[in-house]
Amino acid sequence: MKGEPKDLKFTVNGKTVELKVKPKALLLDVLRNDLKLTGTRTGCEVSACGACTVNLDGKAVRACSILALQANGHDVVTIEGVADGDKLHPIQQAMVDHGAIECGFCTSGMVLSARALLAENPKPTIEDIKKAIQGNLCADSGYVKYIEAIQMAAAKMRGGE
Amino acid sequence: MKDFEYFVPKTVKEAISLLGKLKEDAKIIAGGQSMLVLMKQNMLTPENLVDIKGVTELDYMNYDKGKGLMIGSLTTHSTIEKSPIIKKQYPVLAEMEDNVAAVQTRNYGTIGGNVCHGEPAGDPSVVFIALNAKLKLVGGKGERVISSEDFYKDTLEVDLKPDEILTEIQVPPIPPNTGVAHEKLMFQKGDLGIVGAAASVTINPSSGVCEAACIALSNVASTPFRAKSAEKVLVGKVINDKVLEEAAEAMSADISPPSDVHGSEEYRKAMAKVFFKRAVTKALERAKAKS
Repeated sequence: MKGEPKDLKFTVNGKTVELKVKPKALLLDVLRNDLKLTGTRTGCEVSACGACTVNLDGKAVRACSILALQANGHDVVTIEGVADGDKLHPIQQAMVDHGAIECGFCTSGMVLSARALLAENPKPTIEDIKKAIQGNLCADSGYVKYIEAIQMAAAKMRGGE
Repeated sequence: MKDFEYFVPKTVKEAISLLGKLKEDAKIIAGGQSMLVLMKQNMLTPENLVDIKGVTELDYMNYDKGKGLMIGSLTTHSTIEKSPIIKKQYPVLAEMEDNVAAVQTRNYGTIGGNVCHGEPAGDPSVVFIALNAKLKLVGGKGERVISSEDFYKDTLEVDLKPDEILTEIQVPPIPPNTGVAHEKLMFQKGDLGIVGAAASVTINPSSGVCEAACIALSNVASTPFRAKSAEKVLVGKVINDKVLEEAAEAMSADISPPSDVHGSEEYRKAMAKVFFKRAVTKALERAKAKS
């Protein structure tokens, strides 16, 4: 029957999750409403602002523009899965230390875009960083601090404090 | 968004037989980066959604010096953008991808989905037309190969039968003494172009005369627009400012662009000329550098 829930089985922040979702459910809705992972933000919902950015198989994608069922069998990491227990991820720590976070609404998306970038490119140039967060809008226009924080995190992750 | 029935075929064969059974009531989704926006607004309300994103056999790129480049339709924009072969053999494709939406969209969106969406403002379509690319469509009755220019019927309408899938984009090798370029007008990087132009220009290396030109513009008509009368002006001449202006005038006379919040018809017409000239000039410079 049309719209009937279907099985979804995927990995979220390292744990296997199984649930039933309607075909029209967006990945964003399932993360926030079903799994209560509300760190992923609902922003524009039309693929413009990047606040809903998560990592799908390690890549930055917009959870508002993917059907939840399209994540079936895949690996999703949200902001809740970025830190190592109580220890912040170097990207998070650098953003805190550097005062990059203003209102914080775009931060989780920024972190996940940066995380995907640094996994692929451990030594990004400023241009690389700008390109990676081009799709993450910050209403406070705090881009400079974010760029610097990502540079700091990259250096730390490479081992040079 | 309206409810729909959801299907996940794993192979091209399975997808085609499913589409054959569902007939007109089905819509194919790949990355869905353009389509879901329409579905959320209920501008598109399919009864059945056939999700082919997981048909991995269509995610490939093969390059052969003689045959050119074969791009599987489910290759993502990011894969094309980052491919060393593309950067070397078809740099215009990498340049174009750099301006398509944002990283997140390019990571999930597919090249075939973009082409089949039939968006007249889309970038890949005009670049593929300038590159003389062909599209391989596979359906219940077998396969057919058509020129990418002939694929577009109207705004968001393409020549795809209900049981057909675009499986491959075939880009021939760039001929000798040829330059290709793409330019588009954006308020912000990654925007859908207010207008855009892709040009391929071939010159005679000794005389500098333009021997062939293929130019297509985006967002100036209900489909990607091939500027045939402008091409006629250019071919057989040494392209200078006067010839270029004459060609731009010829193109401009043939278009009646849409008018919307991003630009009036008059503004688009004026900008189409500017970006036409920029694309042709850049293509010409590249052709000269090669010859």
